[in-house]
Amino acid sequence: MLLVDIKKKLGDFRLAVSFETDGQVLALLGASGCGKSVTLKCIAGILRPDSGRIVVNDRVLFDSEKHIDLPPQKRRVGYLFQQYALFPNMTAAQNIAAGAYHLPRAERRETVARIVKRFHLEGLEDRYPHQLSGGQQQRLALGRILAGQPELLLLDEPFAALDSHLKWQLELELMDTLADFGGDVVFVSHDRDEVCRLCNTVCVLTEGRSETMAPVRELMASPGTVSAAMLSGCKNYSRAARLDDHTVRCDDWGVTLRTAAEVGPGITAVGVRAHHIVPGEGVENNISCTVSRVIEDVFSTIVMLTTPGGGLLRMELDKERWAAVGAGENLTVHIAPEHVMVLTGGVECTI
Amino acid sequence: MDWYPLLNSLRIAAISAGIVFFAGIAAAYYIAKLPRLLKGVLDVVLTLPLVLPPTVVGYLLLRLLGPRRPVGLWVLETFGARLTMQWWSAVFAVTVVVFPLMYRTARGAFESFDETLAQSGRTLGLSNTYIFWRIRMPCCRQGIIAGAVLSFARAIGEYGATSMVAGYTPGRTATVATEVYQLWRIGNDMLAARWVAVNIAISAVVLLAVNLLERRQGR
Repeated sequence: MLLVDIKKKLGDFRLAVSFETDGQVLALLGASGCGKSVTLKCIAGILRPDSGRIVVNDRVLFDSEKHIDLPPQKRRVGYLFQQYALFPNMTAAQNIAAGAYHLPRAERRETVARIVKRFHLEGLEDRYPHQLSGGQQQRLALGRILAGQPELLLLDEPFAALDSHLKWQLELELMDTLADFGGDVVFVSHDRDEVCRLCNTVCVLTEGRSETMAPVRELMASPGTVSAAMLSGCKNYSRAARLDDHTVRCDDWGVTLRTAAEVGPGITAVGVRAHHIVPGEGVENNISCTVSRVIEDVFSTIVMLTTPGGGLLRMELDKERWAAVGAGENLTVHIAPEHVMVLTGGVECTI
Repeated sequence: MDWYPLLNSLRIAAISAGIVFFAGIAAAYYIAKLPRLLKGVLDVVLTLPLVLPPTVVGYLLLRLLGPRRPVGLWVLETFGARLTMQWWSAVFAVTVVVFPLMYRTARGAFESFDETLAQSGRTLGLSNTYIFWRIRMPCCRQGIIAGAVLSFARAIGEYGATSMVAGYTPGRTATVATEVYQLWRIGNDMLAARWVAVNIAISAVVLLAVNLLERRQGR
């Protein structure tokens, strides 16, 4: 069980984060500079929050009211740094031993042997970190952390330092490691694909504030806020106003759209994913556009459409389907009402 | 040729460099953690001897340690010993003049240290003492050794403050630097030239050592 409810002021930046998780992999998803790493450092005890509470499995790590502030050494929180922070002056085996330093010598040796085996580091024990590949470094860093038997794992963008061809193999290994670990895991990322594959629950951070906390699938289906929608990969936004329970006026696109979801009074925008825009006329939500650009991507075609309101729409579809459309200058597209996402929150960042 | 000045210079340099080694590292480590204003003030004060003429340092030390000055008088009355005009009086002068060199190099080495290594060490349960001796110092080793050797080299060459605080007494407080000046003053050019050669040889060897260390660091 992990409970975090903290506030911290760093210059002009204000952090106000609160979330709770139980035996799951929680993703902290947010753009860079939104306070993800600061949050992890507060949990690990490297930074001190101004106020609030941090509790792991009924152990209070921090409580500003009760004046509890355990030093990092006593928190039993495993922290995987972005660049792994392996000790460059120690060999792989010595790095693992440093993680198990609290154990008696004989047990420490056993732990090192066990971790070396478990993380496929056989034969690399006497190498220094700079002699290891990026993937081996990550395995070593994870092994070193688990040698200390932490109760909580914090992973700070674990794949940021890796070449893309290494990522997939390591992601599979990390899935196994996380499944074995059993305790709470906080996974910091700005990559929705990683989050989707590795995490159960997502907490979205925007400018230091935690907003939505939801199961991963739910967040992807209905993000709720503009910033969550952006992090979920949605490409099209228009400022919008409510007309009735299922109708919105989209100002940037100059159209009125029907929505499947109920439109609340707090609506500020609608979002539509690029692959939910379909060429041709449908039953409703037709938009007659002009084609402004066609861009060939690796496996798909991206079509930029100018809407009646002047705003652009980004449509993505298979190359074959685009060829079949055979569009000229004008093109009518439609969006199914269930694919019109009703959003709240600031829209400045999108337009 | 009487080798006393060389022996004296080497022991003064060794003792001073030893003191400065620990004091410089400790100062560099603790001052880095202070609030910015205090850090700025202390930094100026501790670096000042590097840019002041050594005679000014000597003057200030005499104002403090002279037999009629506060500290000097107290030591004279309590222990019956003069703090000036002894061979070891030069240690005060040399230590103060050389300190900024060690402090600055150690600080530079610590500043280039990746602080996340210390942070990860703490989350792994390692004590601050362990982190300092087993991680921070080994990672900064090259810079710190280079600073120590440089301090030693400068310590051998100190003249201005030494001549004021320890004076020149042949066979008692003479160092290589003060010996050269004295020989030149009385017109013994031959002997002066020999001491100059000795001094150049020692300094060159020490600087060669610094360069070798820096090349190893670059690899």
